Amino acid sequence: MKLLYFAWLRSRIGVAEEEVAPPAEVATVAQLIAWLATRSPGHAAAFANPKLIRAAVNQDYADVGHAVRASDEVAFFPPVTGGRGP
Amino acid sequence: MIRVQREDFDPAAELAKLAAGRTDIGGIASFVGLVRGAADGVRAMTLEHYPGMTERQLAAIEVEARRRWPLLEVAIVHRHGRLLPGERIVLVAVAAAHRGEAFAACEFLTDWLKTQAPFWKLEEGADGAHWIEARAADEGRAGRWAKRS
Repeated sequence: MKLLYFAWLRSRIGVAEEEVAPPAEVATVAQLIAWLATRSPGHAAAFANPKLIRAAVNQDYADVGHAVRASDEVAFFPPVTGGRGP
Repeated sequence: MIRVQREDFDPAAELAKLAAGRTDIGGIASFVGLVRGAADGVRAMTLEHYPGMTERQLAAIEVEARRRWPLLEVAIVHRHGRLLPGERIVLVAVAAAHRGEAFAACEFLTDWLKTQAPFWKLEEGADGAHWIEARAADEGRAGRWAKRS
């Protein structure tokens, strides 16, 4: 599974992307977040508050119940801020 | 026409391209977003994006606008990388037969860009650099979108 991190998630985890092989019981975005949080102190800091995190599976926005598979590209990032705007 | 690029763009040239060789266009409405500096204490802003997904989401936003209004042409040019106050960030331009749909679709596209295009802003100010958080209103809209997909 290919993982991508953006904005402060990338800063906290320390890499922009990584390949992982989660155990079979990791079947949803929420379960992936919970599993990733155990991988390192940086991951734990990045995933401490799942409410602040958005995800995309294969480049489409996905909610926490969305299925994830070994062949997926999964990205984690903060809510988008395309503009702070007037 | 959708482009995500580091380089600056020429709004006049982009508008001319939209209308080139056509006689059915009655008007073009456009929006150019700039990096707002001085008053906010912003010294520079770095726009990070998700290559691949950004283009996909911008294309999806264009499809949605075309579903709502009869549009003849749509152009979205969005920059990424480090930008200074006063620099152009984004161009949204909509060509239609009549001004009503051109204005409406241009505003719609610009609003949706803010909540659905995967861009994140790192602002450099007097107190260092920090990631801009989504505004409450944007957050709600982003959440609604996430549930829909």
